[in-house]
Amino acid sequence: MTRAVFQALLSHWCRNPLQLFTLLAGLALATALWSGVQAINAEAQASYDAAAATLGEGTFDQLSRRDGQPISLATYINLRRAGWLVSPVIEGRLEGVRLVGFDPLTAPNGLGPVKVTDSLDINAFFTGRGQIFGRSATLAGLPDVADKVPATDVAPGTVITDIGVAQRLLDRSGQIDRLIVTSQQPKGQRPLAEIAPELTRRVAQGGSDVGRLTDSFHLNLTAFGLLSFAVGIFIVHGAIGLAFEQRRPVVRTLRALGVPLQRLMLLMAIELAGMALIAGALGVMLGYIIASQLLPDVAATLRGLYGAEVAGTLQLRPVWWLSGLAIALGGTAMAATTAFLRLARMPLLAGASKRALSMAAGAAARAQGILAAILLSFAAVLAIVADGLVAGFALLAALLIGAALGLPLLLDRALSVCERMARGVRAQWFWADTRQQLPGLSLALAALLLAMAANVGVTTMVSSFRLTFTGFLDQRLSSELYVTAESPEQAAAIVDFVTPQVRSVLPIQSVAAQVAGLKTEVFGARDDATYRDNWKFLTAVSAPWDKVAAGTAILINEQLARRSGLELGDSVTLDSRNFTIAGVYGDYGNPIGQAIITESAFKSLYPNIAALRFGLRLPAEAVPALVQSLEDDLNLPPANTINQAGIKAFSLAIFDRTFTVTTALNVLTLSVAGFAILMSLLTLAALRVPQLAPAWAMGMTRRSLGGLEMVRTVLLASLTALVALPLGLLLAWALLAIVNVAAFGWRLPMFLFPLDYLRLVGFALAAAVLAALWPAWRLARTPPGDLLKVFSNER
Amino acid sequence: MNVKALLFCLVPVLAQAQGFAGLGGEASGFSVPTPDPDFIFPKDHGAHPDYRIEWWYLTANLTDATGTPYGLQWTLFRSALAPTTRVGWDDPQLWMGHAAVTTPDMHFVTERLARGGIGQAGVTADPFAAWIDDWQLSGFDDATLTASGPDFGYDMALHATGPIVRQGIDGYSMKSASGQASYYYSQPFYEIAGTLHLPDRDVVVSGTAWLDREWSSQPLADNQNGWDWFSLSFDSGARMMGFQLRQSDGGAYTSATWIAPDGTPTPYPDGALIATPLDNTTVAGRVLPTRWRLELPAQDVDVIATAVNTQAWMATSVPYWEGPVTISGSGTGVGYLEMTGYE
Repeated sequence: MTRAVFQALLSHWCRNPLQLFTLLAGLALATALWSGVQAINAEAQASYDAAAATLGEGTFDQLSRRDGQPISLATYINLRRAGWLVSPVIEGRLEGVRLVGFDPLTAPNGLGPVKVTDSLDINAFFTGRGQIFGRSATLAGLPDVADKVPATDVAPGTVITDIGVAQRLLDRSGQIDRLIVTSQQPKGQRPLAEIAPELTRRVAQGGSDVGRLTDSFHLNLTAFGLLSFAVGIFIVHGAIGLAFEQRRPVVRTLRALGVPLQRLMLLMAIELAGMALIAGALGVMLGYIIASQLLPDVAATLRGLYGAEVAGTLQLRPVWWLSGLAIALGGTAMAATTAFLRLARMPLLAGASKRALSMAAGAAARAQGILAAILLSFAAVLAIVADGLVAGFALLAALLIGAALGLPLLLDRALSVCERMARGVRAQWFWADTRQQLPGLSLALAALLLAMAANVGVTTMVSSFRLTFTGFLDQRLSSELYVTAESPEQAAAIVDFVTPQVRSVLPIQSVAAQVAGLKTEVFGARDDATYRDNWKFLTAVSAPWDKVAAGTAILINEQLARRSGLELGDSVTLDSRNFTIAGVYGDYGNPIGQAIITESAFKSLYPNIAALRFGLRLPAEAVPALVQSLEDDLNLPPANTINQAGIKAFSLAIFDRTFTVTTALNVLTLSVAGFAILMSLLTLAALRVPQLAPAWAMGMTRRSLGGLEMVRTVLLASLTALVALPLGLLLAWALLAIVNVAAFGWRLPMFLFPLDYLRLVGFALAAAVLAALWPAWRLARTPPGDLLKVFSNER
Repeated sequence: MNVKALLFCLVPVLAQAQGFAGLGGEASGFSVPTPDPDFIFPKDHGAHPDYRIEWWYLTANLTDATGTPYGLQWTLFRSALAPTTRVGWDDPQLWMGHAAVTTPDMHFVTERLARGGIGQAGVTADPFAAWIDDWQLSGFDDATLTASGPDFGYDMALHATGPIVRQGIDGYSMKSASGQASYYYSQPFYEIAGTLHLPDRDVVVSGTAWLDREWSSQPLADNQNGWDWFSLSFDSGARMMGFQLRQSDGGAYTSATWIAPDGTPTPYPDGALIATPLDNTTVAGRVLPTRWRLELPAQDVDVIATAVNTQAWMATSVPYWEGPVTISGSGTGVGYLEMTGYE
């Protein structure tokens, strides 16, 4: 019996292949976007983990010099001979590849992620040309300076080798950048301050810094993936709902023949689960393609923004295969719940109605409206009181779901107003017919609404970030040239050398300190017009730089202000000296607190810190000549001079990459929404022939009927766009002002980008037109016989 | 296997697999011990970088005020990748330190690795000092000795009460019938005193210590898979060194030196010493003999050597057993036992 019932159920899909396609494709697309984003995130995470494993970041404490200078071999040996189990690391770039040198004999992890196999040739590693371990792609970028050994577990963009080899390749003989402190230290060790007072110990954070920095980026991607998934589930929900309604006669017949309801529901559930698995598998494959297309750009963005290396090629990870299938199943279950509930409650002999869906939708409209109102008011309350990540996400969810539920009602009201204002039979019929069609299209329109809102929101956020960040770069990188000295003596020589040639020399000197119990980097700034002219504050007293120059005031960054609760005018103690907060400035991308005091106060508080980096103010056109003369006369390597224009160009290039990713995701989500509209129109088309036949019989040509279908779709899409725009802006506001602050400690100012929005509306309308084209064309080509049949069969 | 273990599989005394890392082959470019060595002291207390392996191996039998026995080990191994030495990170000389303290019911062990050329580890002959990190043996006739680990450490002072003793034929110690040999001398007449730093207490101890100096380039034959080594300090003032190199065919190559209380050595060739395992103990998943019968009929020696702590397992990069023993039978005293190559 089971088999016969199953066959009866499946026959529905044979008769309605389009519905089957909608269901599978909707689910596959939803899964694809979700798992694609997950794949990118998983790949990035794996890269961060590999980096942490390679460099011991987050696992071990580290020692480095307070002044940021390299540690000498003598200091290292002194520490070892005093019983300090530390291991040296040197790091640098070779042809753009990050080269890390270890001493495998003392490193707590040996060679870290490198699996020692026959490929490690001890003689070559220690004493020959040296062996360099890294991913094949990374190794390919290196010149033939040592034996290259492929190792897949090394972090992307990084190669590792022996410290001696690294010193030779980087031309930094005898230098060590930092010392890893092994977790087990011997008994009776002398204190660090006695042996190497110039070193400072950084405690392991228990997680990589890069991981926390890049969280915001991944959060955005995840939000995108989730929204796309929601859009897809809307499609699936519609398709399942329609299929169940249409199968009522089958269900009725089967039950009349004696099939128990439970068995029937179980079989239908199995049927759906099977489809979900097929669609899920398709979706994961699609997601893989999407992810592998986007990953190079994502990797470039992350590298540029945060210096985080992410592999540019995707590895298949079982984790997201499984999560893709799980989410497809879960999504189907969500989408099918109401359909199953309705089926369970259906009276045994309830008749099938061809317009069951629209009738039922009409009945449910009021409940839906009430729910939408509740959700939106909840969102409004949260917008005012929300504080923290969970509340932020609750706000986003309430806002989006509320808007999606409220959309049909809103459209219905708008259409009824139009209907009342319409003059002429034809116009009145058009508006009435549009209203009548609305329930059938509302799911697709809600999908369009969500897709557009998400796009407006994300575009606004990314563009605001770009504007803020470039403005911030202008403020921070106000000097035309930055030079780094290798020793205090060289620093003095540089200052003597450049002072007559430039407008001003701005020493960059900092020290790690505690402000209000929080880890803070304190900078000593020279009193200079550069700061007065360029720095912008979030809040400040009048003439903050004058007060700083007087030695009584301090400037702090936003992160420190938010975390410590310090405000303008509050007093801050730095090594027993008091300062008043004169300003709070934005400091984007920096995970820790920062503060600025005047140079003289800095010097008296921290007499041992000598500035080794300097910003030089001079006419931009004089920069190349100065770089050249620094190299010629002071023997300063070009790597120690950084041109401001170069940094800015680099930063902007990064953002262009970010936009590539955002645009690609925009197009994808809009395509999904367009697909939803197409499928809704196609499923409605068959049902609508009886409604159009009278209009045709009364003299409207099929061509004009088709034209009106197009107009109707574009009209509905435009109305939806009108709602989507403010919704998207609200979304962006919530992301920038609530989620960002909770997650990262800084608030990005929100900017509006009308041209971008206009283009987006254009995209959306184009998607709607494309979606409506085929149904309209089919309508215009409906054989007159089909239209005539309506009269002979129906009435 | 991690890189550290791989590196020090190069130290053949600990090598568990024959032929590993090319040691079964020829000692390419390295000097090879030849008979009738002409040791010059203090120069030969220092390193011999043209030989592949070398060690400064100190063991001590100690007691505290209550008579509780303790064992102490301090070892510095040198293993060369090439028969030369250079200043800087690319020095082919690699160093490994092992330190241990054994009590009747505990065994503490720790290890250090370093490479030469940067000052982290090394040996100077005059004045004599051997060090790795903060561990140091400095001075020869009157010496100080320190080592530290995560859970223990020691600070000791040593004083030699007898002469340096050459093992084998005038310091040329045969290791197989096919000609493998090493240069080998000892200072078995140290008085030692100092403090052991144990996790819960410091213990003031004193006793006797024994320093072995040995260097070579290819000491094990292809068919040898491990060894059992004994150093015995009799209450009579005499000393005895004996070892057997176990062969894969079940036989063994033995060697022994009887050292009279005045330091006069009498070497004995293969077959003179008979070492018979009496009791086995399961240690770290392996079965090892921890009570031995040692017979050297030529000197009327027939003694039982019993481990003070059967679990004296050296859980280092390449693991082995090393711990103090007590001696009973034809003579009484204390000693040290080392066993390698037990699977």
